[in-house]
Amino acid sequence: MNNIPEQPRSSSLVSFAQNALIPICLGLVLLGAWQWLVDYFEIAPYLLPSPTLILRTLLADWSLLGSALLVTLQITLLSFLLATTLGVLISFIFIQSRSLERALFPYAVLLQVTPIVAVAPLIIIWVKDTTLSLVLCASLVALFPIISNTTLGLKSIDPDLMNYFKLQKATRWQILHRLRIPSALPYFFGGLRISSGLALIGAVVAEFVAGTGGSGSGLAYQILQAGFQLNIPRMFASLFLISLAGILLFSLMTWVTQISLKSWHSSEMNIEN
Amino acid sequence: MDKVPTPSLNSSDLAVQVVSASKTYLGGNQALLPVNLNIQRGEFVSLLGPSGCGKSTLLKMIAGLASPSSGAIKLWPKVGLSPQSTDSFSEHTPPRPSQIHEPRLSFVFQSPTLMPWADVKTNVRLPLDLAGVPRDLSDSSVDEVLTRVGLTDFADALPRELSGGMQMRVSIARGLVTQPDILLMDEPFGALDEITRHKLDSDLLSLWQKQNLTIIFVTHSIHEAVFLSNRVIMMAARPGRITEEFLIEQPYPRSSEFMVKPEFMHYAGLLQRSLEKASVANH
Repeated sequence: MNNIPEQPRSSSLVSFAQNALIPICLGLVLLGAWQWLVDYFEIAPYLLPSPTLILRTLLADWSLLGSALLVTLQITLLSFLLATTLGVLISFIFIQSRSLERALFPYAVLLQVTPIVAVAPLIIIWVKDTTLSLVLCASLVALFPIISNTTLGLKSIDPDLMNYFKLQKATRWQILHRLRIPSALPYFFGGLRISSGLALIGAVVAEFVAGTGGSGSGLAYQILQAGFQLNIPRMFASLFLISLAGILLFSLMTWVTQISLKSWHSSEMNIEN
Repeated sequence: MDKVPTPSLNSSDLAVQVVSASKTYLGGNQALLPVNLNIQRGEFVSLLGPSGCGKSTLLKMIAGLASPSSGAIKLWPKVGLSPQSTDSFSEHTPPRPSQIHEPRLSFVFQSPTLMPWADVKTNVRLPLDLAGVPRDLSDSSVDEVLTRVGLTDFADALPRELSGGMQMRVSIARGLVTQPDILLMDEPFGALDEITRHKLDSDLLSLWQKQNLTIIFVTHSIHEAVFLSNRVIMMAARPGRITEEFLIEQPYPRSSEFMVKPEFMHYAGLLQRSLEKASVANH
């Protein structure tokens, strides 16, 4: 009786160009202004290095910085995985009963409000293995958004749809995997996007607190070292790599969200009014 | 084709028996005074009344979504075997012990209540999946029911790609795919525009005539009730109760022409006056 309403869906490539082009142009303009300011006022490189100097430092110190980036990324990804796994498990426990959630939720909040820099020294003392202690610290930072978003999602069910499942005598397991989990996905992915950034922040903060040097040191340690040596260009290069990693992680999560939610959820639809 | 508009009063043909069932919510709010209601198999009964008259509550109690505070509701009373137990569908579905004596029941909500992440055929297949029907069997049932509601071309569409009327069709298809004995509908077309609503009403009537189906239909539209039902139960609010009952003694099939006939107007007038009485009674 009706045709499917027309959905003018621009290809993801076009929308990527639209989304990326403007920020990139703005970035280039700002970099140009930065370069010009440094050149014109002859600002000393130990106060503010020019973008080209930072780039040259990045290339020259790549063996050092590249391996440091790998270390930080490894800690970030491990802690992100750990936080996601733990967070989802805890959410499943939370939805089992309301009293269980009431009993446990304050402790999840406690986890969230306790500054990681305050807890990190303790963890580093307790856990001998450096990588593991850093991963634990970063996981603590990334955990809460997963718990709170996934729990909210698992509970955000259309009540009539829930009634329908009950009418059809659906089992607890059927309700979980056919109704609760699909309903929770948009919230879960929202949590992933926040947590991916937090895992990186957690990893960097934990490295700072641990202050571990040597071969297995990450970008935070390079920033500390460069600070001591007043090697400001290298500091900026490290900073640049951390930001880049964060942006890439966030984009990856956005992409995963788009793929997974396909076109059913309003947050991922192109609505043209 | 020759549905008898006046059902016989043979008690062994009862589909639903409501025995002085009432509903009082926590806090003492009396949603429904004790009501008695017998619905014969194959009937199309509408529950009509102002908001707050307990018509949805009564329907939900029949569905088992709410339990009566007093009284009882019996489905398919005095019958040993489900009348569907010999058809092809049930042969392949090992009936759970509790189901052998129970009729199949389907509920269609006011909103389409579809899973937004699942395409049309997955939504329609849901009750079969939940019952553990093997995929190859359920797929043919789904194809068949989609043809009946005219949605074959949209089997792979997501709900949001469909209009409100089409989403409602999906919801009805999901209700019919289990080959129910009783179809309960809670103001299913209330949110649709007049034209779409009438189209769906007509389609529902022809679906009802094609298979042995008992329909209990909650509505607040007099015209819809007269057009569809062979019996209309009038209800009043505060407290919810049944006030009157009307047999619409008009032959099926009914087409749109029925709606301009004097007989239609006659019944609509009767219901109108009854509804007004029901609405002012306790003000």
